[in-house]
Formats: sequence, C-alpha cells, structure tokens
Amino acid sequence: MQERIVIVGAGQSGAQAVATLRAEGFAGDITLVGDEPFAPYQRPPLSKAYLMGTMERDRLFLKPDAFYREAKCELILGVAAKRIDRDARKVILADERVLAYDKLLIATGSRVRRIKCPGSDLPGIHYLRGIADVDALRALVAEGKRLAIVGGGYIGLEVAAVATKRGVDVIVFEALDRLMARAVSVPVSDFYYKVHCAAGVKVLLDTGVASFEGKDGLEAIHAGGKSYPADVALVGIGIIPNDELAREAGLTCDDGIVVNDRSQVIGDAAIFAAGDCTHHIGREGTALRLECVQNAIDQAKHAALSMLGKPSVYQEVPWFWSDQYDLKLQIAGLARPTDHLVLRGNPDARKFAVFHLRDGAIAAVEAVNAAPEYLVGKKLIAEGKKIAPERLADTTIPMKTIA
Amino acid sequence: MPKIKYIEHSGKEHEVDVPVGWSVMEGAVKNLIPGIDADCGGACACATCHVFVDQAWLEKLPAKEDMEETMLDFAPDMAANSRLSCQIKVTPELDGLVVRMPKSQH
Repeated sequence: MQERIVIVGAGQSGAQAVATLRAEGFAGDITLVGDEPFAPYQRPPLSKAYLMGTMERDRLFLKPDAFYREAKCELILGVAAKRIDRDARKVILADERVLAYDKLLIATGSRVRRIKCPGSDLPGIHYLRGIADVDALRALVAEGKRLAIVGGGYIGLEVAAVATKRGVDVIVFEALDRLMARAVSVPVSDFYYKVHCAAGVKVLLDTGVASFEGKDGLEAIHAGGKSYPADVALVGIGIIPNDELAREAGLTCDDGIVVNDRSQVIGDAAIFAAGDCTHHIGREGTALRLECVQNAIDQAKHAALSMLGKPSVYQEVPWFWSDQYDLKLQIAGLARPTDHLVLRGNPDARKFAVFHLRDGAIAAVEAVNAAPEYLVGKKLIAEGKKIAPERLADTTIPMKTIA
Repeated sequence: MPKIKYIEHSGKEHEVDVPVGWSVMEGAVKNLIPGIDADCGGACACATCHVFVDQAWLEKLPAKEDMEETMLDFAPDMAANSRLSCQIKVTPELDGLVVRMPKSQH
C-alpha cells in the first residue's frame, strides 16, 4: 500500500509542504485539510493591497488549482480536523470523515486573540486574519467613517495606513507605551509613531480599551477615562497558536506544539508540525514561537524533508516585513532588549536602519526603506560576523563593503 | 492577453498568457513555472523572483524603483538586465516579453 501523508492546515505551511514533498520525490498519497473554504492563500496582502481593493481575491492564492491536481494532492476544504486518534493513526474531521495516515503534519497556524471587556461582543467589532474578515471589513473602511483600531501592532498599523488613504478617520489605541513594542526597537517605534501622526492618524499610547459602547452596534469606545465615538473597530492584539488538536491528542504543548530539531512532535515519531502553531528550537538554541511567513515556509520545508527521512538543521534567520504608507520595514533576526543598538542613516530622511549587536556580532537588523542594510545585515547575522559599531553607523561606507 | 515567455535556467521554455495588471512573477507562479519562488508573494522583500529580461525588451519596461534596484544589487547572479519579476506589471505593450531565470533559482 502507498504511504499516506495527511496535512492538517491549508495555509502557507501546508501548501509548501505539498510542494516540497513532491519535489523531493514522495510518491505516496497526500491529503491537505483546511477549515477555511479556500485553497492555501497569502495572508500578508490581506491587511494591505487586498483591504485597499487594489488586489483581487484570485491573486491571493499561493498555487493555481492545477498545482494540486498535478501534485495528486487531495484538497479537503471548509472542514476542520476534530481529533487525532494516534493509536489508529487516523484524523477525524468535523464531518466525521476519517483519514488514515502514516505520517501527519500539523500546520494549523494561529488565530486572533479576542478582546474581552464589556461590549466586546457588539456588532461592528472586527478582527483580521482571513479573507472573509477583510471582505466584511472593506466596505466599512470607507470615506467619512470613524475607525477605531485596538492594538498598535503590525496589523493595526497596516490597516491604519490603508484606511487613512481611503479617507477614513482613524484612531489607534495602544495599551503599551510605544507602537509595535513586541516586534521592533524603540527608535523604530518612535519613527512610526511620528509617521502615523503626520498622516493624520490619532495615536493614543498607554491607553488600553476599557469597554465598547453602543445599543445595537458599536457607537463609542471607552479608553483612558474618555469616550471616543466610532463606527467600526478593528482589534489587532496578537494571535494564539492553534495547538488544541495536538494537545487533545496528548502531545506536548507549551504556547504552541513543541517540536524537536526535526520538526517532530514529542513522543510520536509519525507526527510533525510546522509554522505559527509550533514552539520550536530557534537557531540561537532557545525555544520560541514565530508568527511569520518565513517560518511557515522554511519550517514546512524542514518538516517535509524530515518526514522523508532527510532531516536537516533548522537554522534559518527569521525575517519579517511590514508595508505602511510608502515605507517598507524589513527585519531580519531576533532582537533582545539587552542588545546594543546602532543607528545607521537618518529617520527624518525616511531611510534608516537599526542594527542590534550582541557580543559585537549583528543579531538583528530593522531597516526602513533600506534594502541594502536589510540584505547585508541578514547575511551577516547568518555568518555571525562582528562589525565595529562606528563602521556600521558610517553611511559613507556602502553596505556592500561593510564587512 | 499578453503572452510572456519564461525560460528556465535549463533552457526549458514556457509561453503563457498573463492577464494585464498581474506581475510577471504572478504569471509564472500561477502557471507552475519553476524557478520563481516569490516567497514574500510580491512585496519586494525576498529577491527570489529574479529574472533576466531579454535585451530587446529592456527599454520597454518601466524603470526600477530604488527598492528593487537595491534588492537586485545583492541578488546572486545580478546582471545589467536583472529585474525582480514581482515588480514588472504586465501591460498590453509587454505582449511577447521574454525573461530568463538565473541559476540560483533552479
């Protein structure tokens, strides 16, 4: 009998795993199961061009339908996986269908964290994770509307940028003392604060939302002791890994599905996991959970190779990006609060980078409209190269010759 | 619909119709043409959709923006006719465009 691989989760990781399994010569059966009614698609454009209306839905899909046909991959869409029977090696779907597997890849991704406060169930409070969310939101992000964004992270700020361009009156509530606090350093936070304010967005830091108010739908937001009228709210306060399927099957989870350096779960050699849903060992040797396209792709490749008995060391440098207005923020590596920061370039010129040095070596770089800094920085992070801070800060030395 | 010819590093040719408004990268990805990964999905963030544009077509393309220029500067196998295919928008004038994929993306 043919070997059977089942992939639960039809996102970026799931699609990549199918591609890698076939490219590496796997000839058995592949079934890809997803709870959304769509074939795997790109999420990054959702809060950017797709919300803006400049990219139509067809263009979001990662692969054409022919890809799955040619890869002989059975797609089961719009059906969630309900349970894993590890003893029988079967996945039971929400519609009671049963899929037998020899190897299972869990790539269930993550879901939005919901806000819990008085009024948080009112109509008019939106989240952004999937196509359906944006389809519901787009018409409301229209000229003359008042949009309240709860959470000044990537999602909230990308939506703020798009909405402002569409003539929406935007206010951002951030509970912490700076924007994107979890993702970027202080100089980058400060820069984006100024950019959003200059674009006409009202940004309130240190201002957690106390309640949503309204009779039949959202009318106002109560925050910092004041009431702010709003027609629509978008909440972007982070995501949580979809690890319940694994946890209920008795697999070790700790803020994500714990996997070893082969992208294999603990205690079951037939089950692997990749992407946002995992808690894995990063290249620096510490356990972490990443929320990004890079990890979804690279870990899926890594897991697929492991499933085929060709394990490798997973040590890709994580990278991230965010588009807001005319600014491209590109980040490589993982910063720590104790890193020594080196600024290269001038934020006022809307083109600069912040390097994070750890023991003299570049551990991370954040680049705003500064592709050379990002690209060379990423390479130097992988190489563990040490560079003098004065040299890094000197913009008369091109990045090409910096090392 | 404009026709675009993609030539793999191996020499294998693929001629496909690509809708106006799409990028040259999307034309390759949606037609399963190997050699263009486009990990970032066209955000000009990863430089895995690098192509060489046939000389005859080079001047007919809109100029590179700064970001594309610098991303390419650091791409493997960069040449004078290098472009990021995610940044080339397909127009009726590009009917017949020929692009080749570099060795690093095969």
